[in-house]
Amino acid sequence: MVVRFMRKHALLVFALILALVVAGCGGSKENTEKEASTETKEPYKIGVVLDISGPGSSLGIPERDTINMIIEKVNESGGIDGHLIELTMLDNKSNETEAALAVKNLIEKDVLAIVGCSTSGTTLAMIDAVQQSEVPLVSAAASIRIVDPVNERKWVFKTAQSDSLVAERVVTYLKSKGLTKIAFASMNNAFGDSGRAEFEKAAAAGGITILGTEKFEVNDTIMTSQITNIKKLNPDAVIAWAIPPSASSFTTSYRALGLTQPLIHSHGIGNKTFIDLAGKDADGVVFPVGKLLAAEGLPDDDPQKQVLVQYATDFEARFGPRNTFGGHAWDAINIVLDALEKAGPDRAKIRDEIEKTQNFVGISGIFNMSAEDHNGLGLDSMIMVEIKDGQWVPVID
Amino acid sequence: MKDLTKRKRLRHSLIIIFSAIILLLPFIITNNYYLSVLVIIGIHTIVVVGLCLLMGYAGQISLGHAAFYGLGAYTSGILTSTYNVSPWIAMLAGAVGTGAVAYIIGKPIFRLKEHYLALATLGLGLIVHVILMEEVELTGGPSGLTKSIPYLSIGKLVLNSDFKYYFLVWIVALLAIILANNVVHSRIGRALRSIHGSEFAAQSLGVDTGKHKLQVFALSAMYASIAGSLYAHYITFISPNPFGLMTSIQFVVMAVVGGLSSIWGPILGVSVITVLTEALKEVIPKIIPQAGGEYEIVVFGFILVMIMIFLPEGLTAGVVNLYERWRYRKERTDETSGN
Repeated sequence: MVVRFMRKHALLVFALILALVVAGCGGSKENTEKEASTETKEPYKIGVVLDISGPGSSLGIPERDTINMIIEKVNESGGIDGHLIELTMLDNKSNETEAALAVKNLIEKDVLAIVGCSTSGTTLAMIDAVQQSEVPLVSAAASIRIVDPVNERKWVFKTAQSDSLVAERVVTYLKSKGLTKIAFASMNNAFGDSGRAEFEKAAAAGGITILGTEKFEVNDTIMTSQITNIKKLNPDAVIAWAIPPSASSFTTSYRALGLTQPLIHSHGIGNKTFIDLAGKDADGVVFPVGKLLAAEGLPDDDPQKQVLVQYATDFEARFGPRNTFGGHAWDAINIVLDALEKAGPDRAKIRDEIEKTQNFVGISGIFNMSAEDHNGLGLDSMIMVEIKDGQWVPVID
Repeated sequence: MKDLTKRKRLRHSLIIIFSAIILLLPFIITNNYYLSVLVIIGIHTIVVVGLCLLMGYAGQISLGHAAFYGLGAYTSGILTSTYNVSPWIAMLAGAVGTGAVAYIIGKPIFRLKEHYLALATLGLGLIVHVILMEEVELTGGPSGLTKSIPYLSIGKLVLNSDFKYYFLVWIVALLAIILANNVVHSRIGRALRSIHGSEFAAQSLGVDTGKHKLQVFALSAMYASIAGSLYAHYITFISPNPFGLMTSIQFVVMAVVGGLSSIWGPILGVSVITVLTEALKEVIPKIIPQAGGEYEIVVFGFILVMIMIFLPEGLTAGVVNLYERWRYRKERTDETSGN
C-alpha cells in the first residue's frame, strides 16, 4: 500500500534526490564566502586529504583528529600573522580514484598547501596533480616512492619514516641481539610488500640471512599454515610486517602454535588497536617505532621529549590512546604551518621553505630536509619498543 | 511505421544534441575539479555502457568487470612504462587482449546461468585481482607500478591537462555509445533482446544464443579495457586498489541506477552516482562535523533503496514513464476540455 502510494509520487522522490545534489554543489560555495567575509584578514587555506573511512581508517582517523586539534589551537591564538587557517578536509575513503579527484578539488579551492594522504597508494595517486599544478604536498604515508626519485617529486614531501629506515633499524636491533637467521612474514598489500623489499635490502647489507618469506592477506584471521612453514625453518627470530587486524591475528596464531623465538613486528602496529586485538599474546612483541609511544620513558635530555609528552597528553585528553599515525599528521601540518609563517601565502615559497626545514623537532623525529631528501629523518628517529602487560616499554640495544 | 522513423529521428537528434552539449561543456566550466569529475564520469560511462549491453540486452550479469578495467589499465601501464611501447598501441593491445581473454573465459562460463554465472564472473574478478597483487615482478604487486605512466599524446599535443583529456575521454565515450546504439538496433541487438526475453524461445527461433552472448561479453570487456587504459594515462599511477570487487559492484550499481534498457542509462547512472559521491563529501562534514565516508554510505544506501522501490527499471526508464504518464494525462484533459 505504502509502496503503491509512493510509486505514484516517484517524481517527488526524484526531485528530492536532485535537490540533494544541487544543495551539495550550492551549499559549499555559500559557506566559504560567508567565512571569508567575516574575517578582517583573508584566511589562509590549507587542504587535507585523508583515508578517514575504508581500510585505511585506522590511520586516517587519528590523523584527522590531530590536524583538527592543531588548527583549532592555532586559530584560537589568532592564526598566523592574524590570518586564520581555513581547513578543507576531504575523505578519500581509502580509494585512489577519489584521492585523485579530492586533490583536484582542493587545488581549485586555491589551497596553499595540501597534507595527505594516510597511505602510500592514495598518496601516489595524487602526485601527478600536485606536480602539475605546483602545489606543495606533505604526505603522512611511508613508502619511499612518495619522495623518490626526488627530481620528479619537486613538490612532494613526507613525514613518516621510510620503510628503508625502519628496516635498517630492525636489522641493527637483530645484530645487537645476535639473531642472524630470521624468517619474514608480511601482509599482502603495499605496506607489507614495500616492507619486505626494503627489509631484504637491509638484511643483505647487514649480514642477516632470511630463511624464508611468507605472506598473509589483509583480512586473514588464521595464519596457521604460514606459521607452520616458519616453524619448520627454525629461525632465530621472526619478523612480521603488517598492520592490525592481521598483525594481531598473526601474533595470536604465533603464540597458539607455541613458537618460542622472539617475534619482531614493524612500525605498523604503533597503535593500541594491536594490543586490544591481540590481548595477552601481544606481550613480548618487540617493534621499531617513533619515540611517541614511550615518550614518558625517554631520558629528560632527549630533545623530542617535551614535544612528545605535550602532544600525547593533548591527544589523549580528547581522543583516546596516542598513536604514531597521528604523529605523522602532527609533523606534516606543523611543517606546513611553519613554512607558511615564513613564506606567506605563496605556493612556491612555501615549497622552498618546507625543503629548507632544519632541526624541526617533530613527533616522528628531528627533520632535516634538503633538495635531495624530502623526508629528512635519520636512524635516530626510531627506537625499539617491547610490549609488556599491554604497555609500551623502550628496549635498549 | 511512420512512428518508427519518427522515433529513429528523435533518437539521432538526441545523440547529436547530447554530443554538442558534452563537447561545449569544458568551455563553460573552467573549474579543473569539475572537469576532472567529468573525466572520471566519462571513463566510468565507457565501462557501464559495455556492462549495460551485457546486462540489459543479453540479460547476463557480470560482477567482474573491474577485472577487465584493470587488465586494460595494467596492459597500458606496463607496456608504456616498462617497455616504452606507444600508448595508443598499448591501448589497442589491451583491448584486443582483454577481448580475447573474455572470449576464451566466456566459453565455459556462459554454460552457467543466472546466479551461477554471476558467481563465476565474481570469481574471475577475484582471480585477476590476485594476479595483479601477486605478480610483483610484472605488476609491482600491491604497491602498484613502480615507474610512472606517460601521458597520452596526439602528435605533438600532449594530453596532460584535464581540459585536453576531457575531449579524448568523451569522444571515446560518445563513440562507445553510438557503437552500442548501433549494436542494439541491429539484427544482433534484436537477437540479444530475444535472449533477455526468453532464451529458450530465442533458441527455438534459431538464434545462436551462445555465440551472441559471448560476442557481447567480449565487446563489453573491450569497452572496460579501453576505459582502464584511459584511467591509467589520466592518473599516471595504478595499483590493484581501484580494480577490486568493490569497483565491479559499483559498476553494476551505476548500470542498474541508470537503467539497463536505454543507451542513456549508463551516462545518467554514472553521473548520479559520481556527482552524489562528490557532493556528499562536501555536504556531510558541514552537517555532521567529523563525519567521513561511513555516513555517505548511509545516504547512498537510502537513495539506492528508494530507486529500487520506485523506479525499479532505473532512472531513465523512470523518467520516460513519468513523461509518458504526464502526456497521457494531458491528452485526457485535452479530450475532456475539447468535449
